[in-house]
Amino acid sequence: MNSAAFSIIAVLTLAAALAAATLPKLVHAALSFALAFLGVAAFYFLLGAEFVGLIQVFVYVGAVAVLIVFTILLTRRDAEKDRGFNWSGALIALAVFAGLIWAICKTTDLSVAVTPTRALTVRQIGEALMTDYVWPLQCVGVLLTAALIGALVLVMEERR
Amino acid sequence: MNPTLQLFLIVSAALFCIGLLAALSRRHAIFILIGIEMMLAAAGLNFIAFWRFGPQPAPPTGVMVAIFAIAIAAAEATVGLALVLVVYRHFRTTNVDQVDQLKG
Repeated sequence: MNSAAFSIIAVLTLAAALAAATLPKLVHAALSFALAFLGVAAFYFLLGAEFVGLIQVFVYVGAVAVLIVFTILLTRRDAEKDRGFNWSGALIALAVFAGLIWAICKTTDLSVAVTPTRALTVRQIGEALMTDYVWPLQCVGVLLTAALIGALVLVMEERR
Repeated sequence: MNPTLQLFLIVSAALFCIGLLAALSRRHAIFILIGIEMMLAAAGLNFIAFWRFGPQPAPPTGVMVAIFAIAIAAAEATVGLALVLVVYRHFRTTNVDQVDQLKG
């Protein structure tokens, strides 16, 4: 893990996230959102969690970003631009950020460097998913099915 | 010099607050969803960072929590975007300030 890669990814991710939060054009913001999540996936790779990084790219950049773009296309008749911006929200976000930074800097034993270790293989993740985490896995399966059916029921046209 | 745990926590705090900014200050429903997704991603980044910087070899608890968080965030995004479509069909707008029929 070197600090040049860290700073490049950090700057890119935070700039893209800030663009996604503030750009007035909807499609530009959605593309910046995809870029920001690519940056988060790069952080996962940097931290040695390659499987989670790949899942992040598949789910967010592949599926959720496309879903958001399609929703923008389907609803863009009146909402080409989003003009309203609530400055009190920015104030609250800044206050929360200051509080978090204060807490992080106050905690003393956080400045540990990483210790070298063996990589976490997909086999280990699969074994953990099938033994210790089998109930959460089943629950997530039920949740995803329910979300799929719920989304379909919501957007189906009412027929009389 | 290698990046420490503190730097990762600061980056994820910044990402969380940018998500909070998007969720609180934009008036478009899709942006509120994008902000919530960013906050969830910041939490996942924290889990992975604490897992990696903890005593090694660690059980993959942080990785598991991050994977489940991604799955739940995907389900939430699906239902949320379906709700945005329904609200648009009903009110002909996606501005959350104009969707106020339940307001007393």
